[in-house]
Amino acid sequence: MSRTLHGVAAALAVMLASSTAAFAQDPSGKLVVVTSFPKDLTSAFQQAFQKAHPKVTVEILNRNTNAGVKYLQETASNNGTDLFWASAPDAFEVLKGANLLQAYKPKVEGIPDKVGAYPVNDPEGMYAGFAASGYGIMWNTRYMKANNLPAPKEWSDLAKPIYYDHVAISAPSRSGTTHLTIETILQGEGWEKGWRTNKEIAGNYRTITERSFGVPDGVNSGSFGIGIVIDFFALSSQASGFPVEFAYPTVTTIVPANIGIVKNAPNKAAAETFVDFVLSPQGQEVLLQPAIRRLPVNPATYAKAPADYPNPFKDKSLGASVNFDVEVSQARYNVVDALFDQLITFQLDDLKAATRAIHQAEAALAKKPNEKGKALVAEARDLVAAMPVTAAEAADPQLAGAFTVERKSATDAVPERQAQVEQKWAAFAKENYAAARKKAEEALVLAR
Amino acid sequence: MTSLALSREGLARVRPGPAVAAVLIALFLLLFLVVPVVQVIFVAFQDKTTGAFTLVNFADFFRNDLFMRSFWNSFYVSAMSVVVASLLALPLAYLTTRFEFRGAVLIQSLGIIPLIMPPFIGAVAMQLLFGRNGTVNLLLREHFGFSIPFMEGLNGVIFVQSIHYFPFILINLSASLKNIDRAMEESAQNLGCHGFRLFRRIVFPLAMPGYVAGASLVFIKVFDDLGTPLLLNVNDMLAPQAYLRISSIGISDPMGYVISVVLIVCSLLALWVSALAMKGKDYATVQRGGGGLARRRMKPLEMVAAYGVVLLILVLVLAPHIGLTLLSFATIWSFSPFPDALTLKHYDTVFVESGQYITNTLLYASLAALLDVVIGTAIAYLVLRTKLAGRQWLDYVAMAALAVPGVVLGIGYLRSFYDVPMPFTGQPLSGFWLILVFALAIRRLPYALRACTAALQQVSSSLEEAAENLGATKLRTISRVVVPLMSGGILAGFVTSFATAAVELSATIMLVHSQSDAPLAYGLYVYMQSAAGRGPGAALGIFAVIIVGLGTYLSHVIIERGRRERGQDH
Repeated sequence: MSRTLHGVAAALAVMLASSTAAFAQDPSGKLVVVTSFPKDLTSAFQQAFQKAHPKVTVEILNRNTNAGVKYLQETASNNGTDLFWASAPDAFEVLKGANLLQAYKPKVEGIPDKVGAYPVNDPEGMYAGFAASGYGIMWNTRYMKANNLPAPKEWSDLAKPIYYDHVAISAPSRSGTTHLTIETILQGEGWEKGWRTNKEIAGNYRTITERSFGVPDGVNSGSFGIGIVIDFFALSSQASGFPVEFAYPTVTTIVPANIGIVKNAPNKAAAETFVDFVLSPQGQEVLLQPAIRRLPVNPATYAKAPADYPNPFKDKSLGASVNFDVEVSQARYNVVDALFDQLITFQLDDLKAATRAIHQAEAALAKKPNEKGKALVAEARDLVAAMPVTAAEAADPQLAGAFTVERKSATDAVPERQAQVEQKWAAFAKENYAAARKKAEEALVLAR
Repeated sequence: MTSLALSREGLARVRPGPAVAAVLIALFLLLFLVVPVVQVIFVAFQDKTTGAFTLVNFADFFRNDLFMRSFWNSFYVSAMSVVVASLLALPLAYLTTRFEFRGAVLIQSLGIIPLIMPPFIGAVAMQLLFGRNGTVNLLLREHFGFSIPFMEGLNGVIFVQSIHYFPFILINLSASLKNIDRAMEESAQNLGCHGFRLFRRIVFPLAMPGYVAGASLVFIKVFDDLGTPLLLNVNDMLAPQAYLRISSIGISDPMGYVISVVLIVCSLLALWVSALAMKGKDYATVQRGGGGLARRRMKPLEMVAAYGVVLLILVLVLAPHIGLTLLSFATIWSFSPFPDALTLKHYDTVFVESGQYITNTLLYASLAALLDVVIGTAIAYLVLRTKLAGRQWLDYVAMAALAVPGVVLGIGYLRSFYDVPMPFTGQPLSGFWLILVFALAIRRLPYALRACTAALQQVSSSLEEAAENLGATKLRTISRVVVPLMSGGILAGFVTSFATAAVELSATIMLVHSQSDAPLAYGLYVYMQSAAGRGPGAALGIFAVIIVGLGTYLSHVIIERGRRERGQDH
């Protein structure tokens, strides 16, 4: 009840705010938005906004998140962009760090401070969350039926032998959203155990894609059965008619997708109006459209949503089991990406061969138990799970320095170059996977 | 540049015309290729912390297993793609030029179409047809219980690349075959040489310039190509490694630029090797009366076999288009051999939303291709017909563009032109659409250049000498004798540049500053990022293919008519 009242109050406040704003001065001119969002989302907002503010022409520039950040960095000297609009909070952190954003406090009220365990807005007001998203598992029902696979529910399910060669993910270094998934598992289960889970799932990967959208695309077309994706990819695919389903595992993080005003925006007034519009009830309702399907950050909007729509403000289990620590994540951001690439992405064939051997040995041992074989398989699993760096080392600025240091000053010494560190890790992984495979094969012989 | 500076004696010997042209071209290349690229790749030679010059990054490259594995994979894939592409191109080129073949023009045009398969969706379509759960394998598994791993790992890359790039060989080889003097063949026949021996000893060697030009293009292009391996999720090749490094946030590591330098060096090496292979051989023929090989009629059985081979190859190389067409009409196509149902609604969507993309593309691609053939012809002429010092460098530098990854060029343009305001409007120069045209022209110049060079190699300089002896000026000789004789090659260059510029994405994506200036490839990219956009994306792709295909066919017809009017053909 109180929530509804809250929502009504918020709506009134917005109406008041927007009407005074309208009286004060309706913005005009060209508004340039750099975004990574698909056309379905951007054109819906573009149309709705231009209807409300006919004097503004919205120009949408579509770039993937990384290219968008790069573009803003390269063009900062003569900036022509008003807004940056994308999912990954860490992309905004990069822009904030480079001093490329401008603080703005939205006039809209009634938006909670947190969604799940994650803060909605940047504490310094450099960017604002406008829609929430969670990570989960998506699968193609036809594929699952044809291959006799049960639907997975938890991350650990994906490590089961039955899913060997059926799972796909995008590389965390390429997709901000996947990075958060990996980091969530690491924070939820701890460094050592989290990596073990990540690598056991990775042993079942069919492929690791370079674009985030590559995963839902492949699941939709059936080139692989199961994908680790952000919810709206799955929900909008479903709404477009693809035979796919989606589940949130218990360990997931609900993270806001954001919008921020670029520093020295040519049309600051229009940019501010746009931010307020996106957060207003009118704007938040756009998120419910079948082709978009994102979770509004304004709790009042859920009253208009279809019955089975996930609601993180009501369903407290959603995204609440992990208390996501943004600072921990930030400190080891590049190290986690590089570890994943060197240990998993670029060693996938070796990792899969080791995993296959372990699965076979375990299957054989289940039929004909053998103590020595069991010990060997356990050793093999430990070899696969072993990490070249500890959690403390990963957070060490010295190591992170190998990945970030720019030429700030001549005295800034770096202990090792990135390429050296990576080569060390890759060699470590290659050796361990080969040893694990050998042990698992020995175990298989014992079980025969 | 220093190599281009002419000594006083040099100036005295050459006429001013070629020198002026050379300087203009050199300036263009310097401004739009060398400067932007150097802006980006000098990072490779810098110590990360001190900024001092160093080669340690290159040592790191050779000490790194992943990079070495990527290097060999790239090499293997490129070489195998040349082999497979040759197997596809040779029969098509030979049969259509050697025999009376109905629809030869059509077959040749159809054969060019794979080049204009837009990025992103070519591989999507191939996955739908040949992937592990594509049409072919689903049907095979259902009826015969086995499947064929066409698209697994490096094989998939080779398969897609050879289908995509074989037209380079086809176009250049056909142009060469058409220019072979029939007298050569007849003399060989008179001397008792027939059949395969005739082909192996006379026809093929005479067509060598075209074949080598095409094959080296395929090799370099595959070595350098980014889109296909990325879409097939094959990361351990050089170009993807460079791209992944350069375009990732927070990784300010020089290795991406080191790989770019390695790519450039390898491509230059490949060019050098192909130039060596051609060295010391004279392929020019004096006579033009013959106009290509004698076309002979086939016996009925040969006819059946030939049509069979041509059809098989065409079905294979047009597979991406067949897949794309199905996708553009499909409601839902998921884990089934064919779409669930068909619809026209995607075309409706595209028709309403995307007119601007199409006109922009036509404008940009034709301007870029025009620029390319003009510069390409000029460089070919300067290299082959003048003695200007350093003229070879024009060729090398222009060809190096082939090896510059699009992202590097895009970033370089932003760095070089962003702070330069445009006259009158004051907007950044890099936002001006003509800059995009220059980027496209630079990226596609190598295609036009190789085609023009091959064409000029086959024109004997004695024809020009004859014209000049008869009192024609140099300019008149070039415009009335040389260029018309090169027309086939120039057209081939125009078509390849135009068709590939129309679907270029990697530099475009960095340089598009406003939606109203965006070309088609950008529109495709935007569509292909959402589940609901797959159908409209495919429909837009079909539009692209039809437009460029039509353009190709029309220019072919126009040139053929021109040739006929001049009485060069029978």
